[in-house]
Amino acid sequence: MEIVYVYTKKRSEFGRQCNFSDRPAELHVDILPDTSLAANFTVRDPCNVTIQCAEEMSEHEVNTERFESESRGINHVEGGWPKDLNPEDMEATIRYRKKVEKDEHYQNTIMQIAGLMEHCCKQNNATDIYQEFFEDEDEEVMEESEEQPSAKTINVFRDPNEVKRTATSLSWHPDGNHKLAVAYSSLEFQKAPNDMSFDSYIWDIENPNKPEMTLKPVSPLVCLEYNPKDSHILVGGSYNGQIAYWDTRKGSQPVEMSTIEHSHRDPVYKVIWLQSKTGMDIFSASTDGQVLWWDIRKMSEPTERLILDPSKKGNLDNALGAVSLEFETTMPTKFMVGTEQGLVVSCNRKAKTPAEKIVCTYSGHHGPIYALQRNPFFPKNFLTVADWTARIWSEDIKESSIMWTKYHMAHLLDGCWSPVRPSVFFTVKMDGTLDVWDILFKQNDPTLSLKVCDEALYSIQVQDNGRFLGCGSQLGTTTLLEISGGLCTLQKNEKALVSEMFERETKREKILEARHREMRLKERSRSEQSREDEGKEADGEESTEELVARAEKEFFDILEAEKRKERNEEKERDKEKGVCEEKDFQEEYETNGVSSFARREISM
Amino acid sequence: MLQAEVEETIKRIQSQKGVQGIIIVNAEGIPIKSTLDNSSTVQYAGNVHQLLMKARGMVRDIDPQNDLTFLRVRSKKNEIMIAPGIEMYTQFLLG
Repeated sequence: MEIVYVYTKKRSEFGRQCNFSDRPAELHVDILPDTSLAANFTVRDPCNVTIQCAEEMSEHEVNTERFESESRGINHVEGGWPKDLNPEDMEATIRYRKKVEKDEHYQNTIMQIAGLMEHCCKQNNATDIYQEFFEDEDEEVMEESEEQPSAKTINVFRDPNEVKRTATSLSWHPDGNHKLAVAYSSLEFQKAPNDMSFDSYIWDIENPNKPEMTLKPVSPLVCLEYNPKDSHILVGGSYNGQIAYWDTRKGSQPVEMSTIEHSHRDPVYKVIWLQSKTGMDIFSASTDGQVLWWDIRKMSEPTERLILDPSKKGNLDNALGAVSLEFETTMPTKFMVGTEQGLVVSCNRKAKTPAEKIVCTYSGHHGPIYALQRNPFFPKNFLTVADWTARIWSEDIKESSIMWTKYHMAHLLDGCWSPVRPSVFFTVKMDGTLDVWDILFKQNDPTLSLKVCDEALYSIQVQDNGRFLGCGSQLGTTTLLEISGGLCTLQKNEKALVSEMFERETKREKILEARHREMRLKERSRSEQSREDEGKEADGEESTEELVARAEKEFFDILEAEKRKERNEEKERDKEKGVCEEKDFQEEYETNGVSSFARREISM
Repeated sequence: MLQAEVEETIKRIQSQKGVQGIIIVNAEGIPIKSTLDNSSTVQYAGNVHQLLMKARGMVRDIDPQNDLTFLRVRSKKNEIMIAPGIEMYTQFLLG
């Protein structure tokens, strides 16, 4: 339909009619250019014209047709009844139904479809066509397949701050493994920039863009652990020696912090939750040589204190700095401490005197022990990761480890056992590689070596299912990796094979130890005899100062000898030079006269 | 005569193992015969009608010569079998 607007006006209201006539063109106005005005203007040369080298685009607006949708529910009522029938009326409906049933067409159709229906029914009863076959045989099939061990990166979580800090510790959420708490700090002595943020984050694995929660301590956290019994509580040890605990329901600020006077004097390198009835006990270790026990409800002072003095006198000056702790819930009275000096100290918590607390030490590493963990299946054996090797020890053999890896090119900084397979453990190195070792498969080399990033990897933590692991690097990047099925499913006989291997190695070491002892005894008896014969008295042990003085003297002697040698050599060289020069100058003198004399003077 | 046969056939199907009920619906959606209670019958009748239209439309859409002969809806607990008739008499039973 055309839309038309009609104007009506009475003819009499218009006024006089128009009389149009033709006329030739008339010039009304002609404005000529006035050149004198040009004097007010100057020619601009050059002109600045802005051009943009871009695609020319035009903007259009379009309005789409509205699509309206509505959610509606359906009310089922009997429908379809012919208009004259009242569905409520029982008799009428019955009558109608009977009428339909008598209809021939109806009957024929029913016969047809009844046949079809019966067929399908019988089919259903004959066999269950949706039966699941091969349900139980899945496992066997998997074992047969020879898959290459592999690992792939799932997600990468970067430190959102500008100044990047090292991810020093990781802790998985105890139920569900959907969250990862990462502690960030800068462990390089006095190199932390002033504007470095102190925050540590809890990440949700699905969202690598933004941390789920921030923890704001007073000083950067070096280690962080979830409470395995209560997944809302985390405890962290910080760089200034204090311990703080957080409740994720209560926000980013720590709920309570330990008092500075009673805390550690050095960064707290490891904090572990203890098994106790209350589930609120922790213990912490630091390089100041102390291991402190705390109850987190009362952080004002530690409940117990242990000084790691190997001479068992409780002397703090002699104490070894602790870098890692180990606690196994199946052995609640024992725990182990890994020290900066390369010793592993095994302690008993229930001892009466501090002297008895330290049970024994294991030596063999050259540097600080960064990781210490018992094998979850064989608690008598534990793994230590330090300097350039990883070693496996048996509790009974104190002289040396029972198995060890070769010396690598880069420092090993952290390691852990796989919680599902007794023969698999992981280590991370300073060059950013992650090594997966399977001691049943290969003992000389890692089964899988993966370069995760270019900077050093400082920490690694495996999830309880053994399939996912997170590793933290020097620039604060935490990488989440998934390892292939073969490395995280328990193989047949694995436990038996691994236990056999450990026993074998332990036996070997025992035999070697016995042999060494024998040899040493023989030596001692022989040397004692020889000394008696010659009547010389043994010097006895030189004290450390004498040793130092001797070493210094030797050092300076060597220096003197070197200097003398150099001086002699110089003198010889000079003499030779002198001879050559004289020869030269004589020639010149003969040719050039006085000037050569002058030259000679200057050079001398 | 045929009517008796019809009755007998229906009874036979009903007596098959695993059959919970049988409903016969005509083109307008009126349940003609049903072995279930009224409210369930009405519910099934209403829902199935739409599903059937969609399924038939789909089959016809993909191949116009084709037509829907049977429709099985299998769920966790049971299976609904729907047989569309020529003049849209639909019979379905729960098994």
